[in-house]
Amino acid sequence: MAIFMTILQRLLYAALLLIAVLVLNFTMMNLAPGDIADTIAASMGGADAEMMEQIRAEYGLDQPFPVQLLAYVSRVLSFDLGYSYFYNAPVTTLIFEKLPATLLLVLVAQSLALVVGVLLGVFSARHPNGIANYFVTLIALFGYAAPVFWTGILLLIAFSLKIPLFPVAGMSDITVDGNFFVKAVDVAHHMVLPVITLGSIFLALYSRLSRASMLEVLGSDYVRTAKAKGLSQREIVLKHALKNALPPVVTLAGLQFSAVISGAVLVETVFSWPGLGQLALTSILARDTPTILGILFFSALVVIIGNLLTDLVLRAIDPRVRGRA
Amino acid sequence: MTKHFKSMLAATALGSIIAFGAQAEEPVRGGTLIHSLPQNPRHLNPAVQSGIATGAPGTQLFAAPLRYDEDWTPQPYLAESWDWSDDGLSMTLKLVKGATFHDGKPITSEDVAFSVKTVQENHPFKSMFDVVTSVETPDENTAVLKLSQPHPALLLAMSSQLLPIIPKHVYGDGQDVKSHPQNSENVVGSGPFKLAEFNRDQNIVLERYDDFFIEGRPYLDKIVYRIIKDASSRAIGLENGELHMATFEATVRNIARMKKNENLIVTDEGYAAVGPLNWLAFNTGSEGPLSDKRVRQAIAYSIDKQFILKAIMQGLSTDAKTGIHPGSPLYNDDVNSYDLDLDKANALLDEAGFERGADGNRFSLTIDYGNPTTKAQAEFTKASLAKVGIDVSVNSYVDFPTWAQKISNHNFDMTWDTVFNWGDPVIGVHRTYSSDNIKPGVIWSNTQQYVNPEIDALMEQGAKEIDPAKRKEIYAKFQEILAEDLPVYWTNTLPYHTIYSTKVGNPPLGIWASGSPYDLVYLKE
Repeated sequence: MAIFMTILQRLLYAALLLIAVLVLNFTMMNLAPGDIADTIAASMGGADAEMMEQIRAEYGLDQPFPVQLLAYVSRVLSFDLGYSYFYNAPVTTLIFEKLPATLLLVLVAQSLALVVGVLLGVFSARHPNGIANYFVTLIALFGYAAPVFWTGILLLIAFSLKIPLFPVAGMSDITVDGNFFVKAVDVAHHMVLPVITLGSIFLALYSRLSRASMLEVLGSDYVRTAKAKGLSQREIVLKHALKNALPPVVTLAGLQFSAVISGAVLVETVFSWPGLGQLALTSILARDTPTILGILFFSALVVIIGNLLTDLVLRAIDPRVRGRA
Repeated sequence: MTKHFKSMLAATALGSIIAFGAQAEEPVRGGTLIHSLPQNPRHLNPAVQSGIATGAPGTQLFAAPLRYDEDWTPQPYLAESWDWSDDGLSMTLKLVKGATFHDGKPITSEDVAFSVKTVQENHPFKSMFDVVTSVETPDENTAVLKLSQPHPALLLAMSSQLLPIIPKHVYGDGQDVKSHPQNSENVVGSGPFKLAEFNRDQNIVLERYDDFFIEGRPYLDKIVYRIIKDASSRAIGLENGELHMATFEATVRNIARMKKNENLIVTDEGYAAVGPLNWLAFNTGSEGPLSDKRVRQAIAYSIDKQFILKAIMQGLSTDAKTGIHPGSPLYNDDVNSYDLDLDKANALLDEAGFERGADGNRFSLTIDYGNPTTKAQAEFTKASLAKVGIDVSVNSYVDFPTWAQKISNHNFDMTWDTVFNWGDPVIGVHRTYSSDNIKPGVIWSNTQQYVNPEIDALMEQGAKEIDPAKRKEIYAKFQEILAEDLPVYWTNTLPYHTIYSTKVGNPPLGIWASGSPYDLVYLKE
């Protein structure tokens, strides 16, 4: 019963939060200098005054700010994210067109990073003074510190140009024809470098955190008790320590997942991955307000759902959390 | 056949090509050309969307009445002939017989009239057709454009992406053509290729139109435009052979590297009509020192153009002394080029009454730049002007709309800018200098707020002079006066390059680069 109350409470907060996000984002977009008419003029190589006025009128930019805000919020509340004049398509269509590519990329990168990161973290926690430990630390720090852009381009130079193993850009090769399996292999082939690039940041986070968390747990009393009981090292780590070391990692993974779009922008740009990140970047630069707000609204939704799920998972693996509402 | 024998054969074939010149090579039918596009086009109908992203696929989907060769000579395309009346007030187009749209319906003079009207009403370059008063259609294959004054720019305005012939029975259905759904899908075109797929931000796939009005063409089966926004990724794609061709590449570092690749051909040919120029614009209408032309001249004398050409552009762009692109037949090379001369600059500033203060400075100015690629020029300007006692602060670039709003509302002192000529001065040059075109909020209008009645008069004459020799004289004078007044200081052409694989035959090296029909392009072997 308590769990339903929690969910209900969370959903109520979520609705309020979403409205706040809408108002705040709309206001911020309005503060940015320049507008869509400028960027359409840029894409045209010039424009005349009449055309600029027409575009501004079509976007409602000639209305006073409160009128624009009210119109927008009421439109979104009736589940209409609006129309992108820049892309000539409804915003909802745009978002759902790009979402699968981003989800695929982020989920694969996240899962791989989580599994590999935790394994590396546990491994180096068990040998805190070995050479392997320093090696893991080095990889982690490098992955965290190196700019995504740089890692991406470096991987491209190494594995697309010097050793041409992987394609440079895009999600699939338009000339590849065949059944679902052939196409899936093609997409997987295109995914390798972007997944490594994006995963390297997550990997660093997960391996560092799980190492620290594991070290702490391994030093605790019940582990000593387990040792005294004569359990094998393997059993101690897998059955007792790991389970208790995981909650911080799960919390972090939940938070990271919420940051789907922010993490993907750079990687998607370097690898021309046709996802939401690229869409967000393009529409911010184009001042395509309906699209940006649509994406931000959608991201807010993802964050809220992500946090809710994280909570539920934490409840499942950590009994101590269950007591609290 | 042994490998050795094969390479001997290849060598012999190569020898014969060299011996007989490139013409000896017969175009081959078939193949898929993989082409890059640096931006996602908003849609694919050039009648209502200008710019190079729509232009590249747009000129394949839609045919224009005319096309141009490398020497600026108009050639028949959808129109087999074009004739001026003696008074220059009407232009008669005879259309190719039997031409059809991609849905099989015939292309008629009605469609030409409709296309002219659509472009007239919706295209940002109003000066292309604003003097066209009506289009008469005496028969199916004849269209007569009636003009209110002679208009030599009309010929260029009827080529490339500027006048795509669009079907009246599709785009004339009453919907607003600017947001017509068939601008992005189910496009019904008139050109050598038809639309197969358009995946936003990913790719555009075009297929050969088998009933194209030129027998036996196009040679290619397919063109795939891959939308790749990152310049380094495009360069790597060309180098590893994933891409056959890229146009409008301007990152000098990448171009210099690709020049060394033996599988790639790198050329700056093909951009004469597009006419991209870099310049330093002055807000001549501001209250400050820049309203004095001696100050503007002094600034030009203080900036070493050779450094920009050789160091910043790495020798990949050309000197441009005026507002007309050096590749244009109307370019006047014989004007003051403001070679570096600090003494002259100091003298001019003293003469203008701006003596150095106690700290050695005369006055302060700000500088913006409209494109992240011109950051180096902005910083170089600051360093150069410090030498003559002008203190410059560089405003960093945020993004295009931020810059555009500032410049178009005349809130600036100086800015580096990149502007295209678009073929004829009437289309892309007049807008920068015409006193009628000072329009706050409109970027690439006369944002310099430059006013000179003599220049206005020359542009009016040049716009309607049919005799090419006389017209050239008018524009020579125009460039001479501008180079003296210096509302902007032109420095160089943009280092635009076309990069293509050695497998590509007949690359688009005419005056419109990738805005030319690709019916002649083919893939070897």
